[in-house]
Amino acid sequence: MASSAPAPTRPSHPWNDPALEPYIRIERVSKSFSGFVAVDDVSLNIYRSELFCLLGGSGCGKTTLLRMLAGFEEPSSGKIHIDGLDMSGIPPYERPVNMMFQSYALFPHMTVDQNVGFGLKMEHRPRSEIADRVAQMLKLVRLSEFAKRKPEQLSGGQRQRVALARALIKQPKLLLLDEPLGALDKKLREHTQFELVNLQEELGVTFVVVTHDQEEAMTLSSRIGVMDHGKIVQVGTPQEIYESPSNRFVAEFVGSVNVFEGQVTASEAGRMRIRCAELEQALDVLSNAVAAPQARLWVAIRPEKIQLALQPPQAASNWTRGLVKEIAYLGDLSVLLIRLESGKTVRVTRPNVWRHEEESITWEQEVYLHWHDSSPMIVRE
Amino acid sequence: MKPDAQSPKAAAPAAERLAGGSRRALDTIGRLPPCRWTQALLTRWGISARTAVIAVPYLWLLLFFAAPFVIVLKISFSETQIAMPPYQPLLEWAGERLTDIRLDVNPGNFLYLIEDSLYLRAFANSLQVAAVSTLLALLIGYPLAYAIARSDPRWRGILLMLVILPFWTSFLLRVYAWIGILKNNGLLNNLLIWLGIIDQPIVMLQTDFATYLGIVYCYLPFMVMPLYANLEKMDLTLLEAAEDLGCRPLRAFASITLPLSLPGIVAGCMLVFIPAVGEYVIPALLGPADSLMIGKVLWTEFFNNRDWPVASAVAVVLLLLLVAPIMYFQRVQGRESGGRP
Repeated sequence: MASSAPAPTRPSHPWNDPALEPYIRIERVSKSFSGFVAVDDVSLNIYRSELFCLLGGSGCGKTTLLRMLAGFEEPSSGKIHIDGLDMSGIPPYERPVNMMFQSYALFPHMTVDQNVGFGLKMEHRPRSEIADRVAQMLKLVRLSEFAKRKPEQLSGGQRQRVALARALIKQPKLLLLDEPLGALDKKLREHTQFELVNLQEELGVTFVVVTHDQEEAMTLSSRIGVMDHGKIVQVGTPQEIYESPSNRFVAEFVGSVNVFEGQVTASEAGRMRIRCAELEQALDVLSNAVAAPQARLWVAIRPEKIQLALQPPQAASNWTRGLVKEIAYLGDLSVLLIRLESGKTVRVTRPNVWRHEEESITWEQEVYLHWHDSSPMIVRE
Repeated sequence: MKPDAQSPKAAAPAAERLAGGSRRALDTIGRLPPCRWTQALLTRWGISARTAVIAVPYLWLLLFFAAPFVIVLKISFSETQIAMPPYQPLLEWAGERLTDIRLDVNPGNFLYLIEDSLYLRAFANSLQVAAVSTLLALLIGYPLAYAIARSDPRWRGILLMLVILPFWTSFLLRVYAWIGILKNNGLLNNLLIWLGIIDQPIVMLQTDFATYLGIVYCYLPFMVMPLYANLEKMDLTLLEAAEDLGCRPLRAFASITLPLSLPGIVAGCMLVFIPAVGEYVIPALLGPADSLMIGKVLWTEFFNNRDWPVASAVAVVLLLLLVAPIMYFQRVQGRESGGRP
């Protein structure tokens, strides 16, 4: 099935094409549970064959939004359109949507093939067709020899694949995945991430994934929607989310970051000079952000974008100095915590390019931190 | 407690050593907490603590189930006689020597049960009454248990207590109360006449209807409890998963909830069916005077006819009849607790 149907060619950035009709239109959707607002006025467009991740901490409303797409919850206000159809009042069993549950929700009293074939059985398909498609699906997820096992006799990774096969067998237009890799160990997780992406590209199904794991969101998605307190804070490609976070929450939630409070002292086209009380030197930042002089704002610098030197840099800006307080050797890179004179601790990561470093930095050593003028990100509160 | 019983080594010839040794042993025991020297004693006898703990229920069953059953079995093979006790002993010393034992096995009581159709009819009738009552209890108990299991968690405790509440009153009193409700000038008939639905009282007491009503009423909690325990722990996301795959709620109940609650259904049915087969009080008080329930027959044989051997034979056959469903119940229980590979 996967190989017979030609995968639809995926436009590289469908969200940038104004002529393209979004596949899922979420319009001003809110959901409250007895006074508690779980999803707060969310509007979002998701396009055909996208792999869209809803990323956020626990209780941010991402799962509620997913459950509204599946039809398990009805929005308190607002509308959801899937493929041009208004979904209000349509029960889950009539939606062209399937879901993979976080706990997998495999039927414990049925064998693997009965689980996978359940959706087709509900459509009253002929027995031979069900058997054929189940066999194909199990082949796709490499579980053919486990067809007659019960879910309890499978490992976590195998169960995850059964759940995926069961959700995909009806060839849904939209597949919802609730923390699809949450229950797997790290190695298996990495492997499955790529598998999931390949499968999605092969089948051309639109995926909406809910996750709290930013790394998972980064690997999987074409776009990420970061959620906080029931609202979508930022929507963008993984790179946009990481390199241009729209506010401090996104900057801190996705990856780690050093945030300094500053005041604009001078600004010209595309360039800004910012004075931070916690840094010795002024920041000279390349930025298109418009800020009034004397405006207070937040500057964020990613740890890997800070370089260390033992000699003071020649530049008059974009550097500071401090004492090395902690070094964590992680193999591929080392994380250093450096205390500035202002008392602020800055996190710096250095790739361990050489096996044996000649001029190694040690504890309590004074180092100079410097960065390129494109590295600092101006973020809103 | 004899001091030398404490230590076998104290059996040394020197009396002083004996006294000293046992005093030391006593000292040691005195300083240890009771559980420790009990354990030490058991270990000396070659019994581990584990065995000792398991032995308690076995001993209980041996004493209060196996032993009485052997006695009943013994009586069932003997002959009745007007004496005290009213049956002939099974084993007798015929001569003077110890080996001159006369074994008087008399299968006549069992043959009598087959010859006289009364007993067969009583067994068949009891099984039928129990089966119908069990089915009725299931039909009433399942929705009840389902409703409680799906109700607001704050209410569940109260609702469950309402199910168990009748147990706070004596079983006998509750059955007597039904007489007051069902008799010709009882509560129910008076109410129906007052409402103008009937103008003549309906005979309800001493009918099969009253028997079924009484059994279902009394055993309903035994049906509800295991069903509730099963339904309450069910993972509700399974139903969402079924719905997500295109299954309507009613179909989801039939293909997910019902098969998953099968162990609860079996447990509830066994808990109602097994005691209902041998039920005596309810048919005697509420049922028709000529009702043929095996419990009643047993009572009549034992107390009215004073035919202990036949009564014992009836009891043995009844037990054998119930062994099959009990074993099935055990198997399902074992499967539910994950004993299956």
